[in-house]
Amino acid sequence: MVVWTEFERSTIQDIFSKINYDVVGPAALSRCLIVYPWTQRYFGGFGNLYNAAAIMENPKVAAHGRVVLKGLELAQKNMDSIKATFADLSKLHSEKLLVDPDNFKLLTDCLAIVVAAELGEDFTAEVHAVFQKFLAVVVASLRKQYY
Amino acid sequence: MTSLSAKDKDRVRAFWAKVSGKEDKIGSDAFSRMLVVYPQTKTYFSHWKDLSPGSAQVQKHGKTVIAAVADAVTKIDDLTAGLLSLSELHAYKLRVDPGNFKILAHNLLVVLSIKFPKDFTPEVHVAIDKFLAAVARALSEKYR
Repeated sequence: MVVWTEFERSTIQDIFSKINYDVVGPAALSRCLIVYPWTQRYFGGFGNLYNAAAIMENPKVAAHGRVVLKGLELAQKNMDSIKATFADLSKLHSEKLLVDPDNFKLLTDCLAIVVAAELGEDFTAEVHAVFQKFLAVVVASLRKQYY
Repeated sequence: MTSLSAKDKDRVRAFWAKVSGKEDKIGSDAFSRMLVVYPQTKTYFSHWKDLSPGSAQVQKHGKTVIAAVADAVTKIDDLTAGLLSLSELHAYKLRVDPGNFKILAHNLLVVLSIKFPKDFTPEVHVAIDKFLAAVARALSEKYR
């Protein structure tokens, strides 16, 4: 069972209230596809991913970035039961989407970097540590249904 | 993994020119941040009295580390040769598990993203990430 302190709960709530979903979601996903190009293997139907500019302007990438962030918001709203909340999503990624779970870390690393840019100096080491813990729980939950 | 292309090297040098002057703060922030966000890295510094971000030893070591990274930028054409003595230090004396190089690199990228929200574009990010991975490889050269 994940135990969250009051500081951690309020910090996560604070982060999600401050970030612009329409910016962070698309920016994190497109950054992942650019910095770790092998992740593009899962997005064959997304059209032009030829270079960084194309990826950043791709409307399907942007739309999917928002979907991913909505998923994270779901975790934020259910912080005491992220594993249960994500059971179906985990099955989806494992059985249908066939995503190598090591890729989850690549995306969350990009998320941390994008949120850092959004929050600037407010993204202190303490805030960063809490966000890192939250992302680690999300990733572990998404890995849970892989057999 | 992959080696640095000419374009990667240009991007690293161009971006690092912007970093010049702010290195000390960036190095100290990245290093102290790593100790907070990834507490397992503190195990290498049990001989220090104070591992909090404000401690003099932590601040100083952050500067040492970033000075070495800045030096590596000037040696980007041959990191293995350029970082030879540092590699021997890490292999025979410090014996830092190489997984930690990635962790430190990530914290450096986060700080760069905070300090340069506009300039740290995805293209710059991938070039710096590749560069730091190459530095890590050069540092691990003598491990076994």
